[in-house]
This record gives sequence, structure tokens and C-alpha cells, in this order.
Amino acid sequence: MSKDLSEVIGRVLPAPENHLDADEIERARKARRSFMGKALAMGAGVAASATAATRAVAAEGEDAILKLPEHSTGLGQPVAMDPGYGQPSKWETNLRRRQSPGLTRVDAASVSFTPLQGLFGIITPSGLHFERHHQGWWDIDPSKHRLMINGLVKRERVFTMDDLMRLPSVSRIHFIECGANSATEWGNVAVPTVQYTHGMLSCSEFTGVLLSTLLEMCGYDKKNGKYVLAEGADGSSMTRTISIDQAMDDCIVAWAMNGEMLRPENGYPLRLVVPGVQGVSWVKYLRRIEVGDQKWATKDEAVHYIDHMPDGTHRQYTGIQECKSVITTPSAGQTLLDKGYYNVTGLAWSGRGSIKRVDVSVDGGRNWRTARLEGPILPKALTRFNIDWVWDGKPAILQARAIDSTGYVQPKINQLRAVRGTRSVYHQNAIQSWLVSENGEVSNVQVY
Amino acid sequence: MKSMFRISARAAAAAIAFSALSAAPALAQKTAPWHDIGRDATKAEVAAWDIDVRPDFKGLPKGAGSVSMGEEVWVAKCASCHGDFGESNEVFTPIIGGTTKKDIETGRVAALVEGAVATVPQKTTIMKVATLSTLWDYINRAMPWNNPKTLTADEVFGVTAYLLNLAEIVPSDFTLSNENIAEVQKRMPNRNGMVFYEPMWKVNGKGDVKIVACMKDCAVDPKVQSFLPDFARDAHGNIREQNRVIGPVRGADTTKPPPKSLEGAAAAASVVAVAPVAGSGSNVNNLLAANACTACHGVKNKIVGPSFVEIAAKHAGRADVDAYLAGKIKSGGSGVFGAVPMPPQPQVSDADALAMAKWIAAGAK
Repeated sequence: MSKDLSEVIGRVLPAPENHLDADEIERARKARRSFMGKALAMGAGVAASATAATRAVAAEGEDAILKLPEHSTGLGQPVAMDPGYGQPSKWETNLRRRQSPGLTRVDAASVSFTPLQGLFGIITPSGLHFERHHQGWWDIDPSKHRLMINGLVKRERVFTMDDLMRLPSVSRIHFIECGANSATEWGNVAVPTVQYTHGMLSCSEFTGVLLSTLLEMCGYDKKNGKYVLAEGADGSSMTRTISIDQAMDDCIVAWAMNGEMLRPENGYPLRLVVPGVQGVSWVKYLRRIEVGDQKWATKDEAVHYIDHMPDGTHRQYTGIQECKSVITTPSAGQTLLDKGYYNVTGLAWSGRGSIKRVDVSVDGGRNWRTARLEGPILPKALTRFNIDWVWDGKPAILQARAIDSTGYVQPKINQLRAVRGTRSVYHQNAIQSWLVSENGEVSNVQVY
Repeated sequence: MKSMFRISARAAAAAIAFSALSAAPALAQKTAPWHDIGRDATKAEVAAWDIDVRPDFKGLPKGAGSVSMGEEVWVAKCASCHGDFGESNEVFTPIIGGTTKKDIETGRVAALVEGAVATVPQKTTIMKVATLSTLWDYINRAMPWNNPKTLTADEVFGVTAYLLNLAEIVPSDFTLSNENIAEVQKRMPNRNGMVFYEPMWKVNGKGDVKIVACMKDCAVDPKVQSFLPDFARDAHGNIREQNRVIGPVRGADTTKPPPKSLEGAAAAASVVAVAPVAGSGSNVNNLLAANACTACHGVKNKIVGPSFVEIAAKHAGRADVDAYLAGKIKSGGSGVFGAVPMPPQPQVSDADALAMAKWIAAGAK
């Protein structure tokens, strides 16, 4: 096994540098091939020399090294450049939240997707956290924001942000996924990249006070208080029913995300975090929690976020985001630059617990190998997986399949359809297939 | 260790002394030290915010509204997005349609069953919603879309009555009120169509699909069942510009057909493709969004009103175009592009109106 791996690593091909033109890259490719052929025939010295052979360089070496660039010979930028808040490199502008054309009709009731195809690890940069607004977003004056707790409580209470931020806080990493993530894939393939198939998914460290702390402070009715209603302060005043068990377990009334205050698009100054449950329950601009003895059947519990079953009924209150995974690189819309070694990487998550195992297939689901899980592996959080793959240049179909701590195995789309039918919109957690074609292009396909 | 113990013992003694002064000892032992952070809500505050209405109509205020009154409100405040008969598919999906008299009898919408003949192109709200409280609550809290929570309770009853009449649930001379709403609930066409599915509500529930994870020689249909259609290759823009310029892969250049070979793909990837960053238009974009202009106007596409590009084209060459459009933004009106009126926008400052007008007149770029 270790011998295999050393051969694999010996074939690492750095991506062509951007300053090389097409001809130079082609020369590099031919040089490498001819070298590799000889090296493999000799059966030695592969790892040490392959890298040198992959670049088209003059005898004495490469300009990138021999000719010192400006950044090595000049003075750089000063500290605290305007606006005093660091921005990504100008070379990284391709990774942006983007809308899916035609998905929604109005920008203020729409979605922008996280560019999963280019992200690393498990934390989503706050500026790339996906957006879903039902009636537009606001940047609310935090000094005027209030949280009210009412209903079946001994004391109906009002909290300012000052009050809330004095309370004992927790910081926890959780994923948030829209209940409609991957909805386009219930039927036929409809969108070109993982950003659009799975990009209503983010994972952050949230800081706030446990909802249980607030409910205890208000003296909630432990006998009759079976549910809470969470309500937002914006125009839509999003309302969602949450079971008292979950409210008392791990829900967080959060003001911070990834070490700073929430971004306005994500609910500044206060949002509810409902770990493992679809994003619509993570009410933004949270203004009120009401304790009650019945469910509310709000608009997004009675018209949307319900599962249309084959017998014509709709399942209501199906909020758990079940175990799911997806390969993010290589993924649809990307192009492999050469044959050889690739680190296949992706994300897995479960609303019911932590990720136990991820298997990866490169032959469309016939044979599977178990991937390496990177730490930390946290409950109701994204988990990063990696696995080695040597592409032989032939068509390949890449799939990932996750298993969570309850033993639940992520299904294929036909297995999911067998239970839920074909007219559902929400809670699509099937295995995603990416076809790698001989020309190196990866595309979105369905195979099962 | 000894001295630390002494300090903490002294602190504990101080805490006990303090709690004896401030509250009954029994309570002080039970409650957390942060127990009194926050303040009691006043009755008026709870009444102002506690607006939710449950399926059992708890929370429903007193009031009444007739179908005809509701129609007037509808035409003035709702029809521009939802259509005169709740059928519009321009801005939001249709509210009314797809239910029958039989459905009202059975409480199950027959068209929802798999294989049933669809009478409308997509599912409407009334086909799905089982609880009348849901309609009332949502109209009351979130409508009209750009001016929510401004309808009176009577108006919400009226608009709800108008929709129920369109769905033939109540007659045209009906007046809906807090007194009779529970009776009308018994005629909701999909009132028996909801199932509470507990396994997907509870964190420790079991999933509805049970699979054994096969590892070797698993049964697979070799056929690729679905591809992205060729015409959709660049429907989401150039994927080249949506991927990093370094690393093991590049984005595919979707402005061109797929390369014939691996060599072609790699060569094409050697050109750095960084997407242009939004330029000076961004401030105007914020104004357009903040004033809900984009709810009705697309840059290039008609929504309710004409696209900004269309507006620019219509008034091209007009000498006072900036001032004219700024005036139209503030005063609204109809007749230039059709009968649907644009509501006046008095909240827009003159300076903002002019900024938007100039941007539109310059071609909305």
C-alpha cells in the first residue's frame, strides 16, 4: 500500500502556471510524458525528478525563480488599508455567492448559493455564506433590536442586545442547509455545478446564549409548553414551530458567526440556530419566542417546506436534514488538467448526529472505498473527507455516500424516489454523481 | 491549596450574605445569577408583537370583511403581483386554481395524487394549504409584500374572503369574520391532506429510506439516466469564471463547446480568467433593492413593469430624460407601458430618484 502511494505521489503534476501560454503547456506535457515513460521503465527516481520535468524551463531554470518579481524587490502595502477590513485576494474574485438564473423571480425573495467547488475544510467564509431571503434583508440598528419571550411562561420578558450579550454564551460549529437544497435534482439534472446543486449549505461557528437558558429564566411551563414559535422582525416575520425538546436541547439565540457579529444577510443582530434542522427554522432578525401547547402551521409549515408524497398527502413538520454528502473537487463544471493523481475531496453532514463514514466510488457505484475523515468530526456540522484517486483518462463516475452515527446510509436518488415519489421539492439527500469525461470535463449526471 | 480554599469560603460567605439581603434565600439558591437580566414585557408590547394565529384560531382578532370589500383591497394592493384572480405566475406562484367542488366535499385535493391529471400548470397555494388560519396569519404579517403589516384586521378578513370566493369555497356575497371562520375551515379543499410525519420532526427519529451500504460489485444500472442538456451549458454564465485560477482543476469554459480532447481543455485553462468585479453600479443596485424597485422591474426582463433597458430605450433622445424618470419614480402612474399602475414612491429622496433615473437613462449598466 505504501509503495503504491509513493508511486502515486511521484506522479503529482502541478497545475500549469498561469503565465504559461498554451504552447508552453503543451511542451511541458510532452516533456513530462516522455520523461515519465522512461522513468517508469527504469522503475526508479520517479518522485525526485518528476516535478522538474513537468515545467517547460530553460536549461538554467524558470523565470518565476530566476527573475525576481516586484514583490521580492519592492516595498509592499501598509497595515490597515481602507476599509480596515481585510478582503480576499484580487485573484479570488471568481468564488462568489451566485443566483441560479430562473430559479426565483424576485431578487428579494431569492437565494444565493455558496461556491462549495472552491472551499476548503469545514468553515464557510462569512461573506460566502449562502443567502435565502423571503422578503429582503435589512441592516438593523442593534441598539433598537429587542427579543421578547411570551406565551406559556411565568414572566413574559424583553431583552436588549446588551442584556443578551451579558448572559453565559456558547460557541458551537454547526451546518445550516436549506430544506430545498438539491431540489433541482429531484427530477432530471438541471444545473451545472455543485454551487447550484448543493450550495444552499454553509457551516460556521455560532456564538450566543442557549435558548434553554432564556426559557428557564422566563419560567416556561414545563407541563403544557410543548412547542415554541420563533418569529423574525423583518417584513416576512418568518415564523417556525420548534419542539420544546429541541428548544431545551441545543438551540442557540446567536449574535455571532465565525468570531464576528452575524452579517446582515444572515440575520444581524440576532438569529436562532436550530442544529440539524433546515435553514428556514433558523429565524433571522429574531424578535420573539412564544411558548405554546400546539403547533402553529405557519405559511412555511403549511404551504412550503412540506413533502408532497405519491398518495397526494403532504408531510408536515419534516425539518431534519438527513445524512448527506457531496464531492466538491473534482465536481461538475470543473476540468481536470491531466491524467494522474487527484485528491478527491468533499463534505458530509447529518442533522441527526455526526458522520461515521464516507465511501467514495469512481465507477458509478459498483465498487466503493472508504475515505479519510478530517477532524474535527462534530455533531450536526460539516465533515471534510478526502481520498486518493489516480485518473487513467477514461470516463469515470464519482460518487460519495455518507453514513452517520445512527447508522443511516445516504440513499441513491431512485431509492429516495421509491418512497417519496417524484413531485417532492424538499429534503433531497441522495447520492450525487459527477461524470468525468475523457476531455477532462466533469458534468452533473444521474446514475443509480 | 489551603489559602485558595480560604478565599473561596470567604467569597461563598459573602454571596450568602448578599442573597439574604436581596431576595428570599430559597429563591436565591434555585435561580441563576443572571436570572434578572432583562425586564418584564408590558401588556401593550406583547399585544403589539404577538400577532400569530394558530389553526385553532387562537390569536385571531375580532373583525369582518366581505368578498367585495376584499376585492377592492386586492385590486389596489395585491393584484399587481398576484394577478386579478390570484392566478398570476409573473411574480409569485399562483394562489388559486386546481381545486374542485368534490375536493371541498372530501377535504382532499384529487389533483395532488401521483398520476392525476393536472388542471393547472403547477401546484397552487389553495391546493396545498389545509388550515385557513395559515392564510389569515400570513396575509396579516407579511402582505402586501413591499409594505407588510399595514392591512387592518377587517381588510385581512376581506382579502381572505375574496380568495376563498375565487376558489369557490364561499359565495360572492359572503362576509368572513372571526365568528364564522371555523365553519369555513370545514370547507378547505385540502383540509385532510396533511400528515404529521414524526420521524423527520424528531432529531432521534428514523429515516424513511433504509439502505445497506454495499462495497463491492454492487448492482448499478449502467445507463446514465440524466445529463445536463446542451442548451443549459452556459445558462449559469461562464463556469470558468466561477472557479479558482490555480489548483488541480479549472472551471470549464462554457462559452465554448466542450473540448475534443484532454489536451484542448488543459490548453484553454492556461489563460487566467478572473470575473469582473461589480463596478459603479453597485450603489444604484442598493437603492433599487432598498426601494423594492426590482420586485417589479428586471434589468433586462419585464416582471410586472417594463425592464430598465426597455425604459431607457423608450426615452432615448429625450432631453430631460433624467428629470423625467426621476419624477416618474416618485409619482408613479400608468399608460406608458400598459395599464398596470406603478405606485408612487414618496419615500425616495430627490437625490436618490435622480441617481436611479440617471442609471436607467444611461442604459442600466
